[in-house]
Order: sequence, then structure tokens, then C-alpha cells
Amino acid sequence: MADLNPLSLWRKLLALPNESRTKTIAMAFLISGASALLVSSATTVLAPIRDANIAAEQQARMDNMLAAMPGMTEILEASGADQLETIIVDLETGKATDIDPAAFDLQSATTNPDTSHEIPPEADIAGLGQRADYAPIHILRQGDTLKLVILPISASGYQSTIEANLALEGDLNTVAGLAIISQGETPGLGARIEEPAWQSLWPGKQLADETGEIKLSIVSGRASTVFEIDGITGATRTGNAVTAAVQFWLGDYGFARVLANLREGTL
Amino acid sequence: MKSLRHLYGPIIDNNPVTLQILGICSALAVTTSLTTAAVMSLALTVVLIVSSTIISTIRHHIPGSIRLILQITIIASLVIVADQVIQAFAFGISQKLSIFVGLIVTNCLVLGRAEAFAMQNPPGPAALDALGNGLGYSLILLIVGAIRELFGAGTLFGFTILPLIENGGWFTPLNLMLLAPSAFFVLGLLVWGIRSIYPAQVEHADFEIAVEPNRRAP
Repeated sequence: MADLNPLSLWRKLLALPNESRTKTIAMAFLISGASALLVSSATTVLAPIRDANIAAEQQARMDNMLAAMPGMTEILEASGADQLETIIVDLETGKATDIDPAAFDLQSATTNPDTSHEIPPEADIAGLGQRADYAPIHILRQGDTLKLVILPISASGYQSTIEANLALEGDLNTVAGLAIISQGETPGLGARIEEPAWQSLWPGKQLADETGEIKLSIVSGRASTVFEIDGITGATRTGNAVTAAVQFWLGDYGFARVLANLREGTL
Repeated sequence: MKSLRHLYGPIIDNNPVTLQILGICSALAVTTSLTTAAVMSLALTVVLIVSSTIISTIRHHIPGSIRLILQITIIASLVIVADQVIQAFAFGISQKLSIFVGLIVTNCLVLGRAEAFAMQNPPGPAALDALGNGLGYSLILLIVGAIRELFGAGTLFGFTILPLIENGGWFTPLNLMLLAPSAFFVLGLLVWGIRSIYPAQVEHADFEIAVEPNRRAP
């Protein structure tokens, strides 16, 4: 009769020569099982703290951007903070959807093939490859007048994906501010796009000229027109990426239809 | 107290970075500031100690044919846990370290100690050896990080030491110090310095360049 006592089975296993096939397979399964248990329990235990950190970080950057805009603090205080409504828009139709913003996860929407599209290479100036069909935008209205729209934009930069929030004033052509949400560019060079000094160059700039063509870009050296923003020395490719992010996300594959609907007042 | 040699040996005499030239990749990437260098050092030291101890404990039962896979599985799991802990409790720093915590897996130092020392020695000495190597790595990272942050940004741990010219001080930061090549320069100077003091560390050339005695200039 076979011995089924687990303790003696365990001893038998340990007593096997190291080169035996049974022990090799048993050790492989034991180690990978223990490792999987360790990794998944650590991830599960720490996930809430990590997610809270990420949310707090993004909220802080949003608050900083709003605080840096001239006159924005007064508007927010006058109208109450909950006036800044968040809606999920469908980029294809430019209409609002009834997706709950709290439950929407842009990251998973971008990777899920059901809710995203591949960007054709010739249109993919921002180097993103894949774009979600939905995007969360923030709208601030005072009475019925549109005061502020905040759009999430992104592009692949020199060595990381740059994510930013671009705030537009009520005319949908004047930049109210830019906040870099996340980036991993070269410290001291490209990473300087995170500095408030550089982001403070954005308010007041114009997006498009009379013909509607998006002209806003980061130039090398000093800006000379309202469509230009000073570049950062040694960070040409990071600057180009931010330009591409603006041009892509305000173009046909980005928020063009959403902005058109906002102008007509149908959103 | 022979076992203590495992602890202090790797700090200068047998330093993993300056003598064995291991773990260079992360030494270049995360030393732009002292804070990131310190967190990276801590993460690597902890991973190294725990992995060496675990591997040394089960060393008699690791089949030779799959030993590297088992070692790397253990190390990789510990690295993921370390990364998660850093992301949870030091979020700002984890953003600066980006992928380099994850790349501890591929740091030759960790697998090297597991394979060369922990597989042959009991857990006590293995842990001491891991601690020594971790401290040796940390020492170099902190020195390089301190030099780069001080001359590249005029700060140490984020506190201003040399007031920058753009903030009304006198110091013009050396932007080169913030780029990867400067870590090579600093590391090279460090290796030169250590080998001048300890000539025993100088490696002999594998091949001497032979000079023909009767050779004339063309």
C-alpha cells in the first residue's frame, strides 16, 4: 500500500538525488508557486496605497495648473468646485457618453481592442500607435458660458510617454495652461517641461490661426509669435513631442469633433 | 571572526563596481541625484540579502540543470515586491527611478553573488557576503551620486549647497554631470584612484603589445 502521509512524501522528495527528474520538476513548481504567491500578495496588499498615490499626484498637478491660471481661483470659488464637471466623450462622434467618469480607466481603454483603434501611421505624428475611442475631459461653465475646457493629451517623447493636460479658455483657441501629468525624459533637459517656469509660458498662446489650422508649436530659441513657445535647450525632441501631442490631439484623430460640438453648444 | 571578512571584503578590497565592474548600468542611470542613488542602493541591498539567504537555505535541493532559472525566479519576485513597496511608500522617487528598480533583476551583481557564493555557503555567511556587496555597491553609487548632484544641480539630497546663478547665487551648474557619460568619467576616476592606493587591484594585460626591437619609423 502506498504511503500517503504528506510529511513522509515531503521527506522522500527532499531525499531524492538533485538530478532526478521528479525532484527537478517538483522544485520548479514549488519555487514558481512560492514566488507567484509572494508577488501577487504583495501587489494586492499594496495596490490601494499605490493607486491612491497616483490619484493624489494627478489631482495635485491638476490643482497646480488651475491655481496657476490667472483669475481661475476666483471663478472656482464663485461657482463652487463641483462646477468643474468631468465627462467622457466619444472621439468618433464628438458627443458625450454616459460612462461614469469615476469608473473610466483611460489606460485599460487604450489597451483594450474593443474600445480603441490603431492610429494610421501617416496620421500618428505623436507616435502613440493606439488611441482609446473615449477620453475624459473637464468642462467649467459659468452660467451658460463656457469658461474652461481641459483636455488630456499625450505623445511619445525622447525616452518616455509624455502625458499632459491642456486647458483652453472659453473661446477654445486661447491656451489657459498646460500641466505635465507624467513624463520620464532626461533629468535636467527634457524633464524640465515639468518646471513651472516653462509651463507658465503657455497661458495666452493661440492654438490656430483664422483658417483653423493648428499652428501652436515649440520652437528652438525664443518665441516670436502667439503661436510659438520657447524651446528648452538640449531638449529638442521632447519639445517636438509636446508639439506633436498638441497637434495630434487637437486634430481629426483627437478632439477636433468634440471642440466643434463645444463651439456649437451641442455638448 | 573570519566570517566578517565576507562583510567588509567587498566594500573596498573586492568592490563589485570598481573591481569587478558589475552593476554599471544602474550606477550610470540612477546617480543623477543622491536621493535616487540612496533608494536604489537600499533596494538592491535588500534584494541581494534576501535572495542570497533564500538561495543559500535551499542550495542542497536546487537541481543543477535548472539552478539559474530558479535563482532568477526568486530574484525577480523579490525585485517586483521591492518595486511595489517603493511605489507605495516613496511614490515621487519611484517615478524618478522609473524602470531601474525592475532592472535589478538583470544586475549581474545579484545573480553573480547567488551563483558564486550563496550556492556554496550556508545562509549566515551568504547573508553577510550579500550585505557586504550591497554596501560596496551603495558606497560607489552614493559617491557618484553626490558628485553628480553637487556639480550638476548644486544640491545634496535636494538641499542647496552651491547657490545657482539662476537663483541669484554664483554657481553655474555643469549640465554634463546630469548626463550618463559623466557617470562613466566619475566612475573611471574613482577606479583610477582606488587602484593607485591599492596597486594589487590593477589587472594585468591579457596580451602585451610586442615591439619589434629593430623597427624603424616608416
